[in-house]
Amino acid sequence: MSAWEAVIGVETHVELGTASKMFCGCPADTTAEPNTNVCPVCLGLPGALPVPNERAIEMTVAVGLALGCRIAADSEFSRKNYFYADLPKNYQISQFDLPLCLEGSLDVEVGEQTVAVGITRVHLEEDTGKSTHLGETGRIHEADAALIDFNRCGVPLMEVVTEPDMRTPEQARAYADELRAIVLALGVSDARLEEGSLRFDANVSVRPAGAEGLGVKVEVKNMNSLRSLQRALAHEIERQTALAEAGEPIAQETRHWDEAAGVTKPGRSKEQSSDYRYFPEPDLVPLHVGDEQRDRIAASLPELPAARRARYRGMGLDAGTARLVAEGDGLDEVFEEAAAAGADPQAAATWLTGEVVAHLRRTDARLGATPLDGAALAALLAMIDGGEVSATAAKAVLAGVLDGEGSPREVAEARDLMQIGDAGALEAAVDEALAAHPDEAGRLRDGDMKLIGFFVGRVMQATGGKADPRMVSDLIRGKATG
Amino acid sequence: MPIDIDLAYVARLARLDLTDEELASYEGQLQDILDYAARVQALPTEGVPPTSHPLPMRNAHRADEVEPTLDREEVLAQAPDRDGPFFRVPPFLEQ
Amino acid sequence: MGDPADLTIAEAGRQLRDGGLTAAGLLDAVRRRASMTEAQLHAFLTIDAEGAAAAAERADAALARGEDLGPLHGIPVALKDNMVTRGVETTAGSRILAGWVPPYDATVVERLARGGAVIVGKTNMDEFAMGSSTENSAYGPTRNPWDPGRVPGGSSGGSASSVAVGSALGALGSDTGGSIRQPAALTGIVGMKPTYGLVSRYGLIAFASSLDQIGPFARTVEDAVGIFEVIAGHDPSDATSYRGPVPDARAGLAEGPEGLRVGVLRELSGEGNDPDVLEAFERTVDALAGAGATVTPMSLPSCADALNAYYLIAPAECSANLARFDGVRYGPRIGGDTVEQMMGATRRDGFGPEVTRRILVGTYALSAGYYDAFYGQAQKVRTLVVEDFRRAYADVDVLVCPTSPTTAFRVGERADDPLQMYLSDVATVPVNLSGDPGISVPVGVDRDGLPIGFQVIAPALGEAALVRAAAAVERLAAFDARPALATSEGAA
Repeated sequence: MSAWEAVIGVETHVELGTASKMFCGCPADTTAEPNTNVCPVCLGLPGALPVPNERAIEMTVAVGLALGCRIAADSEFSRKNYFYADLPKNYQISQFDLPLCLEGSLDVEVGEQTVAVGITRVHLEEDTGKSTHLGETGRIHEADAALIDFNRCGVPLMEVVTEPDMRTPEQARAYADELRAIVLALGVSDARLEEGSLRFDANVSVRPAGAEGLGVKVEVKNMNSLRSLQRALAHEIERQTALAEAGEPIAQETRHWDEAAGVTKPGRSKEQSSDYRYFPEPDLVPLHVGDEQRDRIAASLPELPAARRARYRGMGLDAGTARLVAEGDGLDEVFEEAAAAGADPQAAATWLTGEVVAHLRRTDARLGATPLDGAALAALLAMIDGGEVSATAAKAVLAGVLDGEGSPREVAEARDLMQIGDAGALEAAVDEALAAHPDEAGRLRDGDMKLIGFFVGRVMQATGGKADPRMVSDLIRGKATG
Repeated sequence: MPIDIDLAYVARLARLDLTDEELASYEGQLQDILDYAARVQALPTEGVPPTSHPLPMRNAHRADEVEPTLDREEVLAQAPDRDGPFFRVPPFLEQ
Repeated sequence: MGDPADLTIAEAGRQLRDGGLTAAGLLDAVRRRASMTEAQLHAFLTIDAEGAAAAAERADAALARGEDLGPLHGIPVALKDNMVTRGVETTAGSRILAGWVPPYDATVVERLARGGAVIVGKTNMDEFAMGSSTENSAYGPTRNPWDPGRVPGGSSGGSASSVAVGSALGALGSDTGGSIRQPAALTGIVGMKPTYGLVSRYGLIAFASSLDQIGPFARTVEDAVGIFEVIAGHDPSDATSYRGPVPDARAGLAEGPEGLRVGVLRELSGEGNDPDVLEAFERTVDALAGAGATVTPMSLPSCADALNAYYLIAPAECSANLARFDGVRYGPRIGGDTVEQMMGATRRDGFGPEVTRRILVGTYALSAGYYDAFYGQAQKVRTLVVEDFRRAYADVDVLVCPTSPTTAFRVGERADDPLQMYLSDVATVPVNLSGDPGISVPVGVDRDGLPIGFQVIAPALGEAALVRAAAAVERLAAFDARPALATSEGAA
């Protein structure tokens, strides 16, 4: 048992999926040709003025509501002043002491444990441009120039800041995962970590287990997957714990996660980074979110991931499957349709999270792009239940449906996968098999029931897998004892 | 009351690469200006809210609609240095 | 007066419409006046001969078709160089923008073009509008047409000089702490700062965003109203732009001063003003009373402190507004091994001393540990100013005081004393803090023959009352002197 415990807070930047940028009408598309999605406003040309994107404000309020925040009736934008070559105005329009959303909380499940993570604030700001160093050797100071693309500059960024309520890397990862699920459920961002539309920074300190105060805080940056968030935190906690145990001081600093090396490294400190000289943005007037607007946004919120998982569990799914169905890309919709069409929820979920996901992975397809819907899945499950297709054949039928060959019945018929459920035809096949193997048939009749399996195999082989194995087994047992 | 100014620090914050002589020559002037401006500190403002906008307006938003962008060549033509479709600058020291 | 360069906008408009004058001919007249006076005055940084000729031609063609684009149709107008013009160099009087050709037009430029105006060129100014004399231009000072040894005021000194001398019939300036009204006073013309938010700031190179307002220079109140009508109105590109209807300023032109409640702003109308200025001011106030206005002395104690607050708020905003000039995307660059060095060197070289001073003051006032005592406190004092004005308007329709405590001072006289220079703005700054409209009207000359300005202030959106009082002052003062350089003898 370690005598030290970690205290973790997470800051998440979410690029919002608006059509246009935060303060101008340029497309919020960072993948375009360099420096094509730019205008006087996002390039910081002299004389240009910002005008806030109403949709981004509403998205932020929606996230705030989903995180149980109080929505500030009155908030404002402020200027955060620092010089950086990919920040054209050399100040970022952000929110300081009057953010849009405050004081929320998010329940995060880690195994059997639920941790309530306090949400300090959710606010809105603008993204910076992107710079690339030329002659890059991995070391910035060896480059002889940097190239700047301002397409990303001005894309709306929502920042979600937690209280230091997490104690383990697993909790931090679970929090990040839950936040991502909420952002996706609300449709406010594509939340793709690898493309930087979701970015995590963490504040970490260690203290003697059970202590009240906080240790020296280290900010860890540059974690671009949930896995690297967890790894980076594990490493950083280990590093700090080792220092603390050795009685050495921990420096208050910003460290960068080096994914390849698996360590955090001290960043070159941003000069005077603590003196941002925030003041109210004089080019923008204060924001007001009235009760009516807030209530309208609240009423339009979709079911949140936690509620959805709880509902799925109520339908009989286990916790793990409920999470998989709730968070899989489009699985929830097909699942709910199938259940509504009378399918057994657990069976539908098992097929979706098993065979369907496996097939999609093999074919690199998205569920929404396939013809599989809830009705088709329910029909397939009904055919299995009714003995019309075997479980084995059903996998092939499903593949055919996903590949666009038609309804389950059409695929089963076209691929000749319907089970032989006609007792007369099966009995003939059983008789043939018994006749073909007289020795085994004799031993069977003498009571060697182990041979039932042997004959079921023969019959299945003879019928090309289309026989209903249960019926075949019953028939053989009848012959043996009859 | 003399005002305490770390002018070298302020100049660095403002990204002004002033020489020591320049800093020295600004120091006295800034003292005078700030001494003068600091008279606001003597005024009774307890309970007075700050004013950052002269007119009581709020919520001047725009709809989330895409508008035309600038022509890249016209923009880059004004750049002190460029490299193809990019603005080019010396390498960043800080990150 | 035979020279069209000496016409008012209203009279030129009548002659353009009755065929006695063409826009091209009028443009020729002001260009001739410029060529006679520019060597001494240096009112312009850029003269857009080609653009102006094309605009004049379009204006004449439209008139010939019977189209009437309004009060500025065919009128030569000058533009302060802090309003961006697509394809025409725009520097804001700073070396850091030398050679910058904007890829877009300011909203006021679009409105002038739609209104048929002929933009003759870009006028000189104190660098980034910081100054009260137009001596802080990186491109050399502008002189006063009444006496080229004196300053025209500032920061819109080039616009004021050009209108005073007749190298334009009207002009746009920007007013952050008096930069329209003070030079108007010092050059004997009318200068108006509309209510904050009535004229779009989109494309105005910002000095202090919460104080900056674009407004007209003209030789008469009526002409100033004509320009105001063309440039005012909501602009969705400026989030601080007023969304309601533009006040009917013209309505004030016809009304007399009978029954108008005039408050004499005591803190700014006594001690501290030059005796000649005070004498002309008091004479005008008496005339207003004589013409039927009710005159009451009003005390607005916070006006005595407004300048102190202004010299924190404006530098704080400017320190951020001018951060964008970093040598990355436009303007000249001084090289460096790192981008940080490049920025530091470019900014050191690109900004003049007054701009550097204000950036330093503003950065200090916002920095950690000083915000509350400086910037924060100044914003509270701003509230006191706003409240003082609001209280006063319960009792009076307009407030009046001298626009500037002195007439035009000599070139170089205050250049080494920033604080002394700042005091030029003592009477104009409170109105920027409150956001209210103000106007300066010439009412006489001092012992040296230099013009004296009379300021009228009205509540926000009270342009009708403002113009009513200003037009009355104009009629009562009957100021008709012309600067030496505007006459053929003076322009030798």
